[in-house]
Amino acid sequence: MTFVNKNLLLLLLVVAISVFPLLIVHNSEFGGADGAAEETILSIRPEYQPWFEPFWEPPGGETESLLFALQAALGAGFLGYYIGYRKGQRKVKDM
Amino acid sequence: MLEENRTHNLKIPGALATLAMIMLMPTPVYAMHIMEGFLPVKWALFWSVASLPFIITGVITISRKLKKNPELKMLLGVAGAFAFVLSALKIPSVTGSSSHPTGVGLGSVLFGPFVMSVLGCIVLLFQALLLAHGGITTLGANTFSMAVVGPLAAYGVFRAARSIKISNGAAVFLAAFCGDLMTYVTTSLQLALAFPAEVGGVAASAVKFLGIFAVTQLPLAVSEGLLSVVVFNFLTAHSSQELSVLDLGITNR
Repeated sequence: MTFVNKNLLLLLLVVAISVFPLLIVHNSEFGGADGAAEETILSIRPEYQPWFEPFWEPPGGETESLLFALQAALGAGFLGYYIGYRKGQRKVKDM
Repeated sequence: MLEENRTHNLKIPGALATLAMIMLMPTPVYAMHIMEGFLPVKWALFWSVASLPFIITGVITISRKLKKNPELKMLLGVAGAFAFVLSALKIPSVTGSSSHPTGVGLGSVLFGPFVMSVLGCIVLLFQALLLAHGGITTLGANTFSMAVVGPLAAYGVFRAARSIKISNGAAVFLAAFCGDLMTYVTTSLQLALAFPAEVGGVAASAVKFLGIFAVTQLPLAVSEGLLSVVVFNFLTAHSSQELSVLDLGITNR
């Protein structure tokens, strides 16, 4: 199998693994469940009070998704830059 | 509400019956970093102190490596960028909740565990300050799980796999998979230590947290393993020079 095909196959597998839960688990919101973590802790120790609040919280889901998308974009942007840079470098060498 | 959903609305083929049993456990599922303020002060301090030597060692290692081989700067960026992307992706899992991979395994394979302690801590800091995901008071504990134990596990597994002549790709997969899983195993142990159950103590809490974590994180750890292999494949094809500088104990094809 060629290098590109092999990587494509691996990426497809990742997509399949991520989609699979959406197909078999119905009517779940797939929450990140930071809130459910509180429930677990509070079920073990009901009197526990968080002793510190975040300095700043995104005002809502939209802003939060903006920041998460930004985080992914920054990382993916650099990865793309590096991959293009190396491929170009190799091409120049081969010429 | 979530619990009801999980109990009543699953349609699963027979072959997945065992998995279904675990998923039907009426326990609130979570699988992320420990939230702000949710570790008692003494534990918050304990994990911060425990993480510090690894961060310091990491900073020293990075500055030494870059001084000796300045050309590694870009590859170090790749390791950080990979962790940045992966920890931003909240992926659905079979438990009906989402979690995210860590992305620290690949960098640990390339640069060793301590370098990723620093990069992992930076990712956690970003998420704590800008996203209110994780927290400042829990930064030490989250650093210890994602940026100390995860990278150490990944690095150890990679070296062990290579020493018994497992192929590069498979070794990277196993390393990233174990690094990812061990991160969340550590998180659940940290929570169990801080919140022992009334009956059964730390062990009972640990079973509760681990039972949830193992299942939620498992498919994500597989995904992280595969994605790490994709990037590693590219590096072996296009960045052999940088890899040879790193002395990974890998065979050059």
